Amino acid sequence: MSSDTREKPDAKYRHDEDGGPDPEEHGGHGRGGMGEEVKRKEDRRFITGRGNYVDDVKKDGMLHCEVVRSPHAHAEVKNIKTERAEAMDGVVAVLTAEDLEAYDLATMPTLMDDTQEVLVKDKVKFQSQEVAAVIAEDRYLAKDGAEKVQVNYDSREPVVDAETAKREDAPVVREDIDQESNHIFTWETGDEAATREAFEAADVTVEEDMYYQRLHPAPIETCGCVADWDQDNEKMTVHMTSQAPHAHRTLFSMVSGIPEHKVRIVSPDVGGGFGNKVPIYPGYVIAAAASYVLEQPVKWVEERSENIQTTSFARDYDMTGRIAATEDGEITAVDVDVLANHGAYNAAAQPSKFPAGFFKIFTGSYDIDAAHGELEAYYTNTAPGGIAYRCSFRVTEAVYLIERMVKVLAQELDMDPAEVRRKNFIPEDAFPYESATGWTYDSGDYHRALDKALESTNYHDLREEQQRRIEKDDDKLLGIGLSTFTEIVGAGPGKQCDIAGVEMFDSAEIRLHPTGKATVRIGVQTQGQGHETTFAQIVAEELGLDVDDVQVEHGDTDTEPYGLGTYASRSTPVGGAATAVAARKVREKAKSIAANELEVAEEDVVWDRESGQFHVQGVPEQSLSIADIAGASYMNSPPDQEPGLEAVDYYDPPNMTFPFGAYVCVVEVDRETGEVDIRKFYALDDCGNRINPMVVEGQIHGGLAQGIGTAMMEHVSYDDNGNVTAGDFMNYLLPTAMEIPEMETDYTVTPSPHHPIGAKGVGESPTVGSPPAIVNAVVDAMEHAGVSHVDMPMTPDRVWGKLEEAGLAKDPAEDLELDIDGEEAAGD
Amino acid sequence: MAEKDITLTVNGTDHELRVESRKLLVHAIREDLDLTGTHIGCDTGNCGACTVYKDGEAVKSCLLFAVQADGSEITTVEGMEDQPEAGMGNSDLHPIQEGFHEMHGLQCGYCTPGMIMAGKALLEENDDPTEHEIRENISGNLCRCTGYQNIVKSIEYAADVLNDREPPESPVEHEGASMETAPDGGVETDGGCTGPDLTREYPGGDQE
Repeated sequence: MSSDTREKPDAKYRHDEDGGPDPEEHGGHGRGGMGEEVKRKEDRRFITGRGNYVDDVKKDGMLHCEVVRSPHAHAEVKNIKTERAEAMDGVVAVLTAEDLEAYDLATMPTLMDDTQEVLVKDKVKFQSQEVAAVIAEDRYLAKDGAEKVQVNYDSREPVVDAETAKREDAPVVREDIDQESNHIFTWETGDEAATREAFEAADVTVEEDMYYQRLHPAPIETCGCVADWDQDNEKMTVHMTSQAPHAHRTLFSMVSGIPEHKVRIVSPDVGGGFGNKVPIYPGYVIAAAASYVLEQPVKWVEERSENIQTTSFARDYDMTGRIAATEDGEITAVDVDVLANHGAYNAAAQPSKFPAGFFKIFTGSYDIDAAHGELEAYYTNTAPGGIAYRCSFRVTEAVYLIERMVKVLAQELDMDPAEVRRKNFIPEDAFPYESATGWTYDSGDYHRALDKALESTNYHDLREEQQRRIEKDDDKLLGIGLSTFTEIVGAGPGKQCDIAGVEMFDSAEIRLHPTGKATVRIGVQTQGQGHETTFAQIVAEELGLDVDDVQVEHGDTDTEPYGLGTYASRSTPVGGAATAVAARKVREKAKSIAANELEVAEEDVVWDRESGQFHVQGVPEQSLSIADIAGASYMNSPPDQEPGLEAVDYYDPPNMTFPFGAYVCVVEVDRETGEVDIRKFYALDDCGNRINPMVVEGQIHGGLAQGIGTAMMEHVSYDDNGNVTAGDFMNYLLPTAMEIPEMETDYTVTPSPHHPIGAKGVGESPTVGSPPAIVNAVVDAMEHAGVSHVDMPMTPDRVWGKLEEAGLAKDPAEDLELDIDGEEAAGD
Repeated sequence: MAEKDITLTVNGTDHELRVESRKLLVHAIREDLDLTGTHIGCDTGNCGACTVYKDGEAVKSCLLFAVQADGSEITTVEGMEDQPEAGMGNSDLHPIQEGFHEMHGLQCGYCTPGMIMAGKALLEENDDPTEHEIRENISGNLCRCTGYQNIVKSIEYAADVLNDREPPESPVEHEGASMETAPDGGVETDGGCTGPDLTREYPGGDQE
């Protein structure tokens, strides 16, 4: 990526004169700097019940919005009768597409330049799609009203999966944009000819089909908003569950025509995002339109079933992977075909020039000369999406593919999967490394990570135990799964990555007050990641301040500098970089004030990171802290300087960052029931320099739990008629404390060479890296009997099927002496 | 719609309310009493974000009508600071609340009040539960952020405080292991981190 990136004007601040922080060597300055375990500053309001989530917002005269949704997946809307609902006490208005058309709000653009109906006029395209909205005085009355809206449909045959959508005779989902088929786009990467040659010349080739099932991020707080049109000031304020408030402000302004300085988006406390809260959904637009028309605040908050059935899903990639290799296990080429189900609209949330996200990272941690990938995307009568669920734009699918394929190759060659990985790793001295699909990996040390992981988990002992169990015909098979993944996170660079045309930079503004305390406003926003603490630590580190003296503000577009939001692990790589650079700009000005105060030339003043002070070269006792200098900047400013001490930085990263990890999963597969018990999960992550080890570990725990949910339980499933059959928490199963084992985290540190504080981002690594480790473990338990793949979620019945096929299943009744022909049976 | 007068004693205060008989307890708590610490996450009783402590047990307030709670005593997360155990640890908070802060038992905070109330119900019954008992008792509460590991530690922390034991200072694994520079210039972490400065005290609950 670096080759066609412009020179960055802030380069002088990116590399600090002292080399930047090195928390592994110094462990912070003892006042909450880099690498220190600082307890979270934001916790108090959450543990006392005084957080402020969207549904907690209450305004005078606030109305409630309930959306009327289609029971059909594919149907013409014949007519909508609203009179009975409108006549009800407490119902203020009923909106349909016709009402919205008067304000040009009947449709909205998706982030991938498709057009989605806010309320449907002609044809519904997925179950639970928005058809009308009832605005009423309270949420119960709004629901009553919604029940009285009569919609007559003429149902049509739906198309639910991509394989069927591909067929020539398949029903067409999108006549509205003159589509004659359901095909959306074809995407291709790599060198097809070179890959074909490598396959023809290969000693060994392997192929495997795998379906990465449809998932939902399912944060415990659903999506919602409170829109409030202020007629006097002609200003729209929307409190919304937003992972990207500034981008949403721009989109709101573009869609509504309200000038951007008259739109304020507030993303208050957000109850988890995981990508679910990146797109704009019809409910937000309906609430805003209703508030504008009625001149009263309007609240819209989804129920869980609405959340899962209509807001963006993730994954749904049907993949075929192929690997070519030498007989001793050196991979010479990788080839991938993907069939992608995008739902009823192309509504993925990713940089606009990347229709398949960053899927071309599928060469993974391996030095592979030839690679080729092709993807076909289709419309279906299912909810729109393809968002990055705790994932940097399809990197999860790519990692799953390559980590599964390496295991498939190892099995074919009868080699240890750790050995195949070691043989193919990009060597440490090859970084920055140009991959066959065009990425420039910043840094990595994969051998060190794998060696440490294998040693920590006593890998060889586990292999011996596995053999013993096979020989003893044990009821429980042991499986050991590895995943040595590389992620790609931290979008921008702005030149390659944009959302709706806005480059993916990020920003920070640091303001020092006369008493030496600091207010930091950041363009990224937290949904639980802990920015109020970790971003304060970055500033504390760079300015020698106590972390308690730094207040971080975020999530309000009226006060914060423009940013592109928190998703795709971009907060630390981009927003964190902006914060460090803004602090260095502050420090540069502070240096000249220090020289004036100390009455020496500026070049004689040096910054000492460990003490967090300036001092005169060679005279450490003649020193000044940033707090001292902040006072001087207001009270005794030098004649050639403006008073005050503050700086802003808009940071456009020169490249992405490439965190990596080595995971080991140990499972027991019950031959009698097909149940999989995760006996051990060991996760070694290398995210470069760690700002706060406690927060990093917490992120890894949470991501692993989501990875375990993915591998074992979660699937947004549909029946043939397009009915969502897992559309609530009774059917879309999230793991509980009983399904998640005690997890073991570990780490190595390979700093990013281009990031100001050497950090890479970590939030998504565990969700990305863990599913293949778990599937590899389950396959590993059965591979001696020829099993090469199990699709996710690996429910007991699915695993039982594999056991039976492979002749491994045991009849639990076999060893029991049951009198099933006894009296009870006879009595029937 | 039929309305009924009810009395709810919430966090020690009696409230006379007139509610529709179909109104859910969680809505009465959140909207009539403005106690928004109790959350709604699933509407079907699966997630437990709405868990409150009612007449000696943890209940999901989205599965009860307000009229069913007539005459009952309810504790919500907002009442935890006024419980007799508050202040037993190192802050003014209830030991469970303090545990969540000290052990990093929360991230987005949305499930936290429900987890705290489930934790309270457990510790009232059994003030020194095993890890398995904790996991079993919070298995009706979903968390999407933490993977539960530090939530378990948070409740164990509270049990330590309630039993006069010194709770751990950190949930971080591998603390204090030695570090050395590898021959290649990288850092061999040897299963450890640099270790935070554990002698330093960060103001806990009273910081905001």
